[in-house]
Amino acid sequence: MEPILEIRGLVKRFGSFVANDRLNLAIRQGEIHALLGENGAGKSTLMNMLSGMLEPDEGEILYKGKPVRFGSPREAGSAGIGMVHQHFMLIPALTVAENVLLGLKQDRSPFFRFKKACAEIRELSDRFGLDVRPEAKVSDLSVGQQQRVEIIKTLFRGAEFIILDEPTAVLTPSEVKDLFRVLRTLKEQGKTIIFISHKLQEIREICDRVTVLRLGRLIGTHSLDGITPADLARMMVGRDVAAPVRKAGIVSQTNRLKVTGLHASESGVPVLKDISFRIREGEILGIAGVDGNGQRELSEVLFGLRSKDAGIIELDGEALQRQQPRSMKEKGVAYIPEDRHKEGLMLQMSVEENLIAKEYRKRRFSKGGIISRRRMRECADEQIKSFAIKTSGASVPVGRLSGGNQQKVILARELMLNPKVIVAMQPTRGMDVGAAEYVHKRLLEASEQGCSILLISTELEEVMALSDRIAVLYKGELLGTMDRESADRDRIGQLMAGIRPNASFAI
Amino acid sequence: MSEEVIVSYLASAIRLSVPLLLAALGILFMSRSGILNIGMEGMVLIGALSGVVGAYYFGSAAAGVGFAVVVTGLVGLLFGFLVITTGADQVVIGTALNLFGLGITTVFGRSLLGMGQEAVRVNGIPSLRIPLLSDIPYVGEALFDQNVLAYASYLLVPAAAFVFYKTNWGLRVRAVGENPLAADTLGVRVHRIWYICCLIGGMLAGVAGCSLSLGILNQFTENMVAGRGFIALSAVIFGKWTPLGTMGASLLFGGADALQLRFQSFGIKIPYQFMLMFPYLLTMVALAWFSGKSKQPAATAAAYKSLADRNG
Repeated sequence: MEPILEIRGLVKRFGSFVANDRLNLAIRQGEIHALLGENGAGKSTLMNMLSGMLEPDEGEILYKGKPVRFGSPREAGSAGIGMVHQHFMLIPALTVAENVLLGLKQDRSPFFRFKKACAEIRELSDRFGLDVRPEAKVSDLSVGQQQRVEIIKTLFRGAEFIILDEPTAVLTPSEVKDLFRVLRTLKEQGKTIIFISHKLQEIREICDRVTVLRLGRLIGTHSLDGITPADLARMMVGRDVAAPVRKAGIVSQTNRLKVTGLHASESGVPVLKDISFRIREGEILGIAGVDGNGQRELSEVLFGLRSKDAGIIELDGEALQRQQPRSMKEKGVAYIPEDRHKEGLMLQMSVEENLIAKEYRKRRFSKGGIISRRRMRECADEQIKSFAIKTSGASVPVGRLSGGNQQKVILARELMLNPKVIVAMQPTRGMDVGAAEYVHKRLLEASEQGCSILLISTELEEVMALSDRIAVLYKGELLGTMDRESADRDRIGQLMAGIRPNASFAI
Repeated sequence: MSEEVIVSYLASAIRLSVPLLLAALGILFMSRSGILNIGMEGMVLIGALSGVVGAYYFGSAAAGVGFAVVVTGLVGLLFGFLVITTGADQVVIGTALNLFGLGITTVFGRSLLGMGQEAVRVNGIPSLRIPLLSDIPYVGEALFDQNVLAYASYLLVPAAAFVFYKTNWGLRVRAVGENPLAADTLGVRVHRIWYICCLIGGMLAGVAGCSLSLGILNQFTENMVAGRGFIALSAVIFGKWTPLGTMGASLLFGGADALQLRFQSFGIKIPYQFMLMFPYLLTMVALAWFSGKSKQPAATAAAYKSLADRNG
């Protein structure tokens, strides 16, 4: 088959850092081509060059046989290359039609013809089975629907070549199925698709060929027949990857954390409804669920960042009144927040300052309100070594570290407290295989030493691999708790979509 | 209360609302595109002075308005250059613009137009009574016996609504105010939109200034805007960033101003300084009560460097 797009010797540098090092790649007309690689492998840089967000330093891009150079997304778009970004480029306050039409001129007229736009979008939506209502406000749509709006945006601009950046990262299993159905329709109608992901199963399911990048270099392009996920993982990480394994058995019967009838609301709207669960000593309770179903609220209530309307939280048999973050910390609860940048770290401050951010008031670090920089440095050096945090020094601003290393800083800070309970919210979000493996290892170690962990994650794989018991959170309700032995993907997937089985579970 | 009192109150309420409404519409254009202009006070002051200077040197009120619009349009572009191209903090630049406006108008007001009793008086913008409409009882005389700038401000409200909601350009303005990056990836020229909105905002500030200096007092006095630039900003927030809401809020605040003047003339035994506070207090209460509930454009006061520039 004829290549629709060819890349020859493409180089992109940021300062002295080479993000893309002489890449050669040919994409065939009408295929779904996977681009696989860890964070920082250079996938996004490459795609940003194809979609006109960045310009290459060296090398050339041939599109339909002709050399092209895109100075802006507009130029790439008019050539027929569209991109669906991982973080959607949508304007929530506007309608679907307004988002799609933005930046275009309808028949060279200065007026915005809403009805005409809606009709055109509906026609496109029907043709590709996208099922999007053009009159709807984007902020009212589910994440899956928003993604389809992004796809419509590219199609509306006549895209022949569509790049999807980590499209499944934000979707539920059933939404992923819908997306794949759409992608197959697009492929049937002759569109070429680049599918960026680090989920090996998905790549095997939907893609024709795969290209692996590692540290800015192209490792290889392969047909997906006859290549195993383990091969792909090795190509991606550069070594064999062992999946985390939870040792079953040794869980004590003592309840560490017990939550009964927990309710919470956000400006009058209930966000948590009658949540009850318990975690025993050394146990990991995994909470699965699609993002936005109350996970954030649950973790915030437990750590005292949000007040509850009703319910009892007991730690080691003692009911907690009016919990606040500081008192929760004193009682031995650690918290790994969902968003490292907004909540977990003070990005401008140094690694050492971040490391002692929960302990600075202790005598160990300060006397009479004055911090001992020497002790802070000693402690930081020790943690940097023990957690293998990659940084050029303890005084480097934590914002300069990579995402994986930032998470290690948080992990080090929380584990330093020798917590009894860890509330871990998406502890490996946005991290690549190698870094995630490390976080999992440390969490498992902590639980083996008797620490109880509430693991809240939207990654079903992660929850299933680590947890002793699994519950599903759906619209603020805990739909059921099951042991790892009796948990299977389909059952959890159904619960995540709010489909309740008739049988009730023991809590 | 007699009809006369009510009509004269309504007329003065509307007269005092006009500068607020014009300035607020200027802020609205900037604000919907994501630019926070707290420097409106200074811009309106410069407009008020340039209007009188223009009218004095060119000999007509119309020329005064034209001159003011040119001057404040340039000020708007300067503000744009500082916050858009150089990416300076919008709050800092806005504050600087207020201080600059007060200083420069005081200096040039005194040197060009004289001060105190000797200050130059010019021919103001004449009232224009619209036949038939002005005969409607109560509101007729209040609404349709005003000057040209007042009528212009009435028309600008539906015009702004049309531009924002029915044209492609208006869609782009709203989109840029919410998410400039997303708009940029769709080929919207973000900086151009911002500059145009700053220009519109500046020009409307000039008209607003003239509606004070040439429309009400027929002369320039120091710091004559007296916080109306800030009240206009509140009117936009209170009006939930819509043209119609902004108009409603402007009328409310203008009405409060007129009421305060009435109170003073009734001779109630409260020091007039307290009366003077009334419109500002109302603004504060209105903002405290409502601003939590309304949504400002998501990208307000965010600096943004366009993708094309980053490459270059």
